[in-house]
Amino acid sequence: MHELGVAEGVLDIVRAHVPPGRARDVRAVRVRIGDWSGVLADSLEFCFGAIVAGTPFASAALDLERVPALGRCSTCGHEFELDRPGAGCPMCLSALVSMSGGRELQVVSVELDEPEADR
Amino acid sequence: MSIVTIERKVLEKNDAVAAENRARFAARRLFVVNIVSSPGAGKTSLLERTLETLKGRLRVAVIEGDVQTDLDAQRVARYGVPVVQIVTNGACHLEARLVQDALDRIDLDDLDVLVIENVGNLVCPANYDLGEAMKIVVLSTTEGDDKPLKYPAMFRNASVLVINKMDLVPYVPCDIAAIRRHALQINPNLIIFETSCTTLAGIRSWCDWLSSQAAHVHA
Repeated sequence: MHELGVAEGVLDIVRAHVPPGRARDVRAVRVRIGDWSGVLADSLEFCFGAIVAGTPFASAALDLERVPALGRCSTCGHEFELDRPGAGCPMCLSALVSMSGGRELQVVSVELDEPEADR
Repeated sequence: MSIVTIERKVLEKNDAVAAENRARFAARRLFVVNIVSSPGAGKTSLLERTLETLKGRLRVAVIEGDVQTDLDAQRVARYGVPVVQIVTNGACHLEARLVQDALDRIDLDDLDVLVIENVGNLVCPANYDLGEAMKIVVLSTTEGDDKPLKYPAMFRNASVLVINKMDLVPYVPCDIAAIRRHALQINPNLIIFETSCTTLAGIRSWCDWLSSQAAHVHA
């Protein structure tokens, strides 16, 4: 529901890390996005495309790295993919499960073409 | 082709401002709660009953978050407490920066509890830390007992669940035991209260708990 703000957050971080004058060379922005981050991948891609249009970053596209939701059993330590909220441990059937992955929302890296002058 | 490694959280700006807010609250030993729920669950009504009950016992201030209007701030102001309205103009949640700006309009030195009433929404406010000590999620009996499973992030991130509109239980198909079971399945550490803002059932024990938490932080 707030993917536009998240897209702006991604672009702010990219701006701060791309060397001066290299904005036009950015091809891909790798973003790690957990299944339970609360952010929809399609919507984030759409919003990112909308805010970079007409800017030096117009040719940058998002490259989304999906992270599945993972639970860790507090009783036996088993780690497993959480296919539904509130799922118990499939090994020991304990209901005490904490989340160990799936809420990530991070800018991982940017991929740049060689500077125009060197091509 | 070259790769620049970044590895930064997208919401790091919000998290950084939330940390500043939290430090400000800690310096004044101020207990701060962030109340979240879907629209119409009774956040403002619960707040009104709470302000009535705690009058003379605790010094409370309120930050109201809404998409539009200052109707909630007007309701709360009747109880004679400092209140600041944040209008998000469409945004579906409060962010730490908006709270930080609002703090400049409240005398924090003269307080025991600051209540932040978030925008009514069970989705987005779960992801935005405001610097609060804890999130309180309000769920009303008219919303149905499946909500903790449908909106797990909110119930996982909250410390307290207030089940409100208990007076309507005879009239709606809502199984309180199922709400409790589902909520604890998502978050085994949740503290649960059952309240009615109409009959005042459960308001006393909720207020006693709130006072004890404030006293603990203030000590």
